[in-house]
Amino acid sequence: MYDTDELKQKAAKAVNKKAGIGPDVDLNEFQRSPVPHKYLSDEEFRTIPEADRQRLMMSGVDVTEKDRGGTFFQKDTTVVHCKSKQEGIEVIPIREALEKYDWIHDYYWKLLPVDTDKYTATAETDLHNGYVIRALPGVKSIYPVQACLYLDKQGLQQNVHNIIIAEEDSELHIITGCSTSPHLTRGVHVGISEFYIKKNAKLSFTMIHNWAEDMVVRPRSVAQVEAGGLFLNNYVCMKPVRTLQTYPTTYLVGEDAVARYYSIIVGSPGSEYDVGGRIYLKKPGTRAEIVARTISNGGRIISRGHLIGEVADIKAHLECKGLILKGGLIYAVPELEGHVDGVEMSHEAAVGKIAQDEIFYLMSRGLSEEEATSTIVRGFLNVDIPGLPPQLRAEIDKAIEMSEKDVM
Amino acid sequence: MLLIEDLQVQLAEKVILKHIDLEIKQGETHVLFGPNGSGKTSLLMTIMGYPQYKVIGGKITFKGVDITHSPINERAQLGIGMSYQRPPTIHGLKTRQMVEICSGKEMQVEDLARRVDFTAFLDRDVNAGFSGGEIKRSELLQLLAQNPDLMLFDEPESGVDLENIALVGNTIGALLQKQCIATESKSRLQVKRERTKMGLIITHTGYILDYVSVDKGQVLYNGVLSCSTNPREILRCIGELGYEECVRCTIQTN
Repeated sequence: MYDTDELKQKAAKAVNKKAGIGPDVDLNEFQRSPVPHKYLSDEEFRTIPEADRQRLMMSGVDVTEKDRGGTFFQKDTTVVHCKSKQEGIEVIPIREALEKYDWIHDYYWKLLPVDTDKYTATAETDLHNGYVIRALPGVKSIYPVQACLYLDKQGLQQNVHNIIIAEEDSELHIITGCSTSPHLTRGVHVGISEFYIKKNAKLSFTMIHNWAEDMVVRPRSVAQVEAGGLFLNNYVCMKPVRTLQTYPTTYLVGEDAVARYYSIIVGSPGSEYDVGGRIYLKKPGTRAEIVARTISNGGRIISRGHLIGEVADIKAHLECKGLILKGGLIYAVPELEGHVDGVEMSHEAAVGKIAQDEIFYLMSRGLSEEEATSTIVRGFLNVDIPGLPPQLRAEIDKAIEMSEKDVM
Repeated sequence: MLLIEDLQVQLAEKVILKHIDLEIKQGETHVLFGPNGSGKTSLLMTIMGYPQYKVIGGKITFKGVDITHSPINERAQLGIGMSYQRPPTIHGLKTRQMVEICSGKEMQVEDLARRVDFTAFLDRDVNAGFSGGEIKRSELLQLLAQNPDLMLFDEPESGVDLENIALVGNTIGALLQKQCIATESKSRLQVKRERTKMGLIITHTGYILDYVSVDKGQVLYNGVLSCSTNPREILRCIGELGYEECVRCTIQTN
């Protein structure tokens, strides 16, 4: 038996605990009571209103489910569509998993302490739902599973908890989009994610965010990678938001485990982003890389990266590049922490503008100044992500392309 | 054709080109000699239209159009192209995409790339980590795609190893329509007369003369264009007497 009361008690004590970083948010201004929605059949999911469909598409969620291994779609507090199309890949709403399966308690709040801050606390005291996606041992995902956390009700605080498990020797690809209805302007998204990448497993997790101008976003993520495992964590956010703060942490606990984070952020005026992450390299042979590309169009972006090498024979690199195009702020905070002899760690940080000579070079090949500038910006955002399936690469490219109008 | 009349150019408040007169007729190729810092690259950059090279006097006309103050891209569209000595790296832009930009359309980049032995570099970022010789081949590939009528080459043979010098030289020759081949309907002379491509090549060594037949040589010294004659003769003169002799020539001819 699992003692769920203990979690509840710990959470209750932390409901007013401010987060270590990021502006504090008064959660009492938002509603948390459940919002019922009707479950959608495959047919109904395919035929949701065009405006909603467009919003989903922008976050990489395809209602036709073509080239997708499964779908999880939560609207406000309610799961409205959930299925797996591949044997050995499980997609289950977390509330259902908590009721039905004992094994889930070996993962639930096991990497991330429930009393970390008021956001983790509220996700326990007022959990709405979330997904459990699991690849069984040796199973390789053919198409990525898509997950979408959608906000429709004005002024809602959505609390989700996700658990992703890639069992030994499995390969799992997930694309997850978070988005809002076209009419919604104000709300909170609290998203807890715990990732378990077991021996020699591979997980790619691509998250595309499309928020609204007055949204508060507080994801809380922790991952654990065992020997020979690979965790690829991609994050794209090109749209305005009031405040977004995320700081995913990964523990490389087995030899030769690898974690790579790639993030692409475009900061719009009035928006504040505090993004980045931390990777602990705890065993010989582990590798870590954090790559961030940020563009400010008048927004405020804090781009963090922290690599911690605890043993010898580890290798870690941090690359943090920012372009300020139309005012705003980019604050790059690269941190390296080597604890013993024999670590190999480096970082590269730059904040600047588009070089004139690059613009002229392209103009001399026939492009107008505007075309040259957008070509350079597109190149800047075009980060090579080794190991990412082509469909997911295409989704990232699409997100970049769609927001190009806003960037320029 | 390109016509430069009494051109005076200033860079960062300093006059760097003084009363330049130059005419390149249709089908002609000129080489430009001169010591380091004499203003050779500045002349090319001014023709290309780089705004930091401020024209304070004179006129540049290309194909009958006054381009003295036109932006770079308008000159490119009119048919001026440049092979740079040290082009910037553009991160995230693949060489393949750059070649497509040059041609102005989607195209089979591989076939062109094969001509300069550059297929292996197509999926690398433009100029990222390229050696001197690789930069030259990349620039030539871009010009092949762009196919301009006036080509400006800034030291195309510098940094190129012996193995590739012939490749570079012959490619420039091809770009400038130097390989005149007689056809059934046209004699070799006729083909030669119908050449339209124009070239202006900066060279220190003159190696390029072994591959490209050149109509005229020019010497630029301290911002002044002097000595317009047979390029081989100029090269021999500089080799024997140095650029100092060019100054004496300038004084005498003026």
